[in-house]
Amino acid sequence: MTFHKHHLFWPFAVFVLLLVLNIFFSNNFFSITVHDGHLYGSLIDIARRAAPLILVGVGMTLVIATGGIDLSVGSVMAVSGALSCLLIGDLGDPDGVAGVLGAIAVALLLCLGLGVWNGFLVSVIGIQPIVATLILMVAGRGLAQLITGGQILNVTSAPYRVIGAGYFLALPVSVLIAVAVAIVAGLLTRRTALGLLLQSVGGSPAASRLAGIQARGLTWLVYVIAAVCAGIAGLIYSSNVASADSNAAGNLIELDAILAVVIGGTALTGGRFSLSGTVLGAVLIETLNVTILSVGIPVEATLLFKAVVVVVLCLGQSPAFRERVLRRRTPVVATKEVAA
Amino acid sequence: MTTDTTAPDQTPSSIIGRPKRQRWQPDRQHVPVIATLTLLAFMYGIGVVNYEGFDDIQVVLNIFVDGAFLLVVAVGMTFVILTGGIDLSVGAVIALTTTLGATLLHAGWPAGVVLPLLLLLGTTLGLAMGAVIHYFEVEPFIATLAGMFLARGLALLINRNSIPIDNGFWVSVAQERIRFDKGVFISSSVVIALLVVLVAAIVLAWTRFGRCVYAIGGNADSALLMGLPVARTRVAVYGISGFCAALGGVLYSFYTLSGYSLHAQGLELDAIAAVVIGGVLLAGGSGYLFGTVLGVLVLGLIQTIITFQGTLSSWWTRIVVGVLLFAFIVLQRVVAGKRSVQR
Repeated sequence: MTFHKHHLFWPFAVFVLLLVLNIFFSNNFFSITVHDGHLYGSLIDIARRAAPLILVGVGMTLVIATGGIDLSVGSVMAVSGALSCLLIGDLGDPDGVAGVLGAIAVALLLCLGLGVWNGFLVSVIGIQPIVATLILMVAGRGLAQLITGGQILNVTSAPYRVIGAGYFLALPVSVLIAVAVAIVAGLLTRRTALGLLLQSVGGSPAASRLAGIQARGLTWLVYVIAAVCAGIAGLIYSSNVASADSNAAGNLIELDAILAVVIGGTALTGGRFSLSGTVLGAVLIETLNVTILSVGIPVEATLLFKAVVVVVLCLGQSPAFRERVLRRRTPVVATKEVAA
Repeated sequence: MTTDTTAPDQTPSSIIGRPKRQRWQPDRQHVPVIATLTLLAFMYGIGVVNYEGFDDIQVVLNIFVDGAFLLVVAVGMTFVILTGGIDLSVGAVIALTTTLGATLLHAGWPAGVVLPLLLLLGTTLGLAMGAVIHYFEVEPFIATLAGMFLARGLALLINRNSIPIDNGFWVSVAQERIRFDKGVFISSSVVIALLVVLVAAIVLAWTRFGRCVYAIGGNADSALLMGLPVARTRVAVYGISGFCAALGGVLYSFYTLSGYSLHAQGLELDAIAAVVIGGVLLAGGSGYLFGTVLGVLVLGLIQTIITFQGTLSSWWTRIVVGVLLFAFIVLQRVVAGKRSVQR
């Protein structure tokens, strides 16, 4: 296999290009300093900003692998942050580790319930995934506002703060959580049959069922995983800003997550997915955001850049486009590359 | 009911066997619309019984006044959804039209130039997305998502602040009130919106183009094999949606007399919700424009009831809309029977 035909070649090339661009515009971009036993620097900053997106993206990848989509992740993030902040605020001792863990567990349990709801609508009732998750996307943010009473809840809790802003072994805890979830998901899908089964369901639910695969249960499962991942991301977000803001938390993150998944080479039609690609996609998006800041392009242009990136990547992925426009340049083999 | 005889894709479930004598029962196609109509009447009844002054005609007319732009956008969305697609860019297109319009008017351009320019811009953007969707087989969801980023990004690039509109034509149209007796009035935007609805309903029900829209939503491959102009129609519906979004943006700028790049955030969700509540099948091919109008009215009525109640907070709107969405989607599943819509 030639190197430039690897399915992550182009995203990786863009990523490296952005990093190189940063060298010229900000002096100490690659310098990582140790301060109070913690690592600081632009690269660490990118990783920290990308952590929630990586989490949401991992869940989204599994959903998209089965041919579905989950629009409700942003709302689920808002709900999990809102509930945990509310519960911690009600604790007698907000600095007690046990109480905080309990609050987190309850919040994640609610997210699990929301995931079960999404999965039920899609796999049992048979509603289109876009529509089924649209319901929770609309109602979820209302639910989060209901929990917080429309206010922005501030919490001062040292143990809770650790999740989003703490450090462990000199590394940000949020990044460690995101990487751990990504690794667990990677092991589960690539070292067990789960990944194969998901791809099979995404390829053809009917054929998978006839082959003896529990397509319904698997479809249900991925929505639950996606919601729990979004819940953890919501905890990281609210912990990092030490408050629960039902409107800002996870706003439009579903679009960024889908973008990260697409950049990573996962087909939106299902049946082929790459978790490593999604992680790269998420890091790429945050690097893009940071680069736009450091290069001095006004923040307003971020969306335009994203639009261009989406258009280019989607057209590049579209077999019809390859055939019509790039026929001579792209051999058919390239489209059949299987995600490793 | 506006339509009953021209439904082009009636399911041929009764072909086999002799037609049985049966009691009157509503056509399956009409059930969602009838359900929405019942819901609307029920909600209005609740409002009238519980709140003083709710039975004033102006309350109903205000729903139209406040929802005129949404109505126009939802009409465009109906065309797209009937073909089985989706358009996420409408809210961003509204932001772009209001921002660009306000900027150009501020720079002294005449309204007679700005207005057609805005409509042309929206239509062009829609046509471009339609072309990408049809010819390059990019998913509508992703293509219009890119359109959303593009339009919102352009709007932010033009001006990130809110710009007031003081153009004479704009202000006079915005303040124009068509009065009936006893202080009952509607704004000129309502007239424009109703005109759009009327034209769109005629196009969908009684023209070749309208039938082709339904046919593509029913089954695009069959439509192609039948020799229908699938490419032209599919690109055109996104053009129509873009036009409607731009016109909605113009009405929005009449409504607020300002241009702002953050206007109409999340409006695409409202439009989609209105269309779904109106009984249009999201898989495409089934539904009526009349239902969409009812859907917009339901959304407006929820807002009005929550305003009249006073003690309920605004987030209840989202929750109620979510619950209604759920109810109507399940109803659609029941009506559509076992027909699989999973991708």
